[in-house]
Amino acid sequence: MSFKKLLTSAVGRKITMGATGLFLVLFLIVHVGLNLCVFANDGGEMFNQAAHFMGGNWVPRILEIGLFFFLIVHIIQGLILEMNNRSKRGVSYAKSYGNRGSKWYSRSMALLGTLILIFLVLHISNFWLPNRVHQGFLLGEEINLYERMKVTFSVGWIVIVYLLGLIALAYHLMHGFQSAFRSLGVHNNKYNKLLTCIGHGFAIIVPVLFALMPLSFYFGWLS
Amino acid sequence: MEHYNMHLTLKVWRQPGTNAQGGFKSYEVDNISSEMSFLEMFDVLNERLIEEGEDPIAFDHDCREGICGACSMVIDGKPHGPWAKNTTCQLHMRAFQDGDTIIVEPWRAKAFPVIKDLMVDRSAFDRVIQAGGYISVNTGNAADANAIPIDKKSADDAFAAAACIGCGACVAACKNSSAMLFAGAKVSQLALLPQGDPERSTRVIEMVAQMDKEGFGSCTATGACEATCPKGISITNIARLNKEYLRAVLTSEEA
Ligand code: SF4
Ligand code: FES
Repeated sequence: MSFKKLLTSAVGRKITMGATGLFLVLFLIVHVGLNLCVFANDGGEMFNQAAHFMGGNWVPRILEIGLFFFLIVHIIQGLILEMNNRSKRGVSYAKSYGNRGSKWYSRSMALLGTLILIFLVLHISNFWLPNRVHQGFLLGEEINLYERMKVTFSVGWIVIVYLLGLIALAYHLMHGFQSAFRSLGVHNNKYNKLLTCIGHGFAIIVPVLFALMPLSFYFGWLS
Repeated sequence: MEHYNMHLTLKVWRQPGTNAQGGFKSYEVDNISSEMSFLEMFDVLNERLIEEGEDPIAFDHDCREGICGACSMVIDGKPHGPWAKNTTCQLHMRAFQDGDTIIVEPWRAKAFPVIKDLMVDRSAFDRVIQAGGYISVNTGNAADANAIPIDKKSADDAFAAAACIGCGACVAACKNSSAMLFAGAKVSQLALLPQGDPERSTRVIEMVAQMDKEGFGSCTATGACEATCPKGISITNIARLNKEYLRAVLTSEEA
């Protein structure tokens, strides 16, 4: 039962979390790249072409199944980990160690992950789901996602929920990016330091780039 | 530094036995010298309790010089108290001020059940070691220690990992009650040396399996363990344990 250990032991669970987490990091890079197409400022032409490449072509559509699979594994494994870990203490401390030994966000990965999940439910029902329904879940005609963004991001509360979701994502990545590599066994301090720097940069830059989209639509920065 | 005496209020966890109900009890102590160790302060209090016909506070201690790892207690929310890289027995009362209130609790982890008051049962660590934290050697004449060349860096890293005294503070500090810093130190110490190589794969698999059985949690790399470890065991040992584990699982012939 060797491979099963990678899914069920205390260390194996972390290895799955790290591996799926890094896959999701790769996805974020693709996603943010596509989003940046709106800043071509061409009325959404380039963006819709990019969206069409992702939605109207079997290769990314099959990869999309993989994405959902890894996302679900990451969520379920994360919830099991959190429940397991919470059950180990028994009596809690009268005075907690708190921030003296660790960062709050490193202790709050499950909470941050849950906030991201709540955001994702809204996000998927805003764009992905209506588009796929329109396509009949095959390669049917897509909706004009640029126009849909304009409408969606004209609503104040939606923009706020997106921003909160992105803040949660930023803190989740702040710890998760470098922790994923540790879980996969990177113990060389030279790389750990580098990965921590890259991770912090990634955790700030990517959510900011994401946030620019709803903000630009809401404040009418795009022509 | 100036020597001073202080009056302190101690809130100490009292629990008559493993399955008994526990609770905090307050004690006022007077004339505590700033040069006493934390355990000596407890000795003073216990002598008074014995004179008063009360049950003295049970706590673990042995060497009182920071090398055995027995003196487990969480002092004001931090295992082994406020000083960095320090054990409770080496904590001196000058860490506190006159009039302070100090909360003292046992290690909290289901894998370390309370025996009495501040004493916990850490035999789970022994069983993790028994599962794989050893090397097998033939008895007979002792082999020449320097017969196998070992590079300086590996020798130093192995030595640093071997400094772990098995105190359990890492488990006590971790929000997941994970024993990964301890296990990481023990696995690394042997994985870094040629003598540890023959049992390299089975060691890590068996030790992790035993940790799971004992009911320790998973590491989420918060770093609380490293920050509280009296021996400064580096958290990179946990990443090394992860690497050893991944390697062992992926390369084992087991289906
Ligand atoms: S790793 Fe440090 S805190 Fe943990 S048991 Fe060893 S010496 Fe104690
Ligand atoms: S009593 Fe031995 S380390 Fe404290």
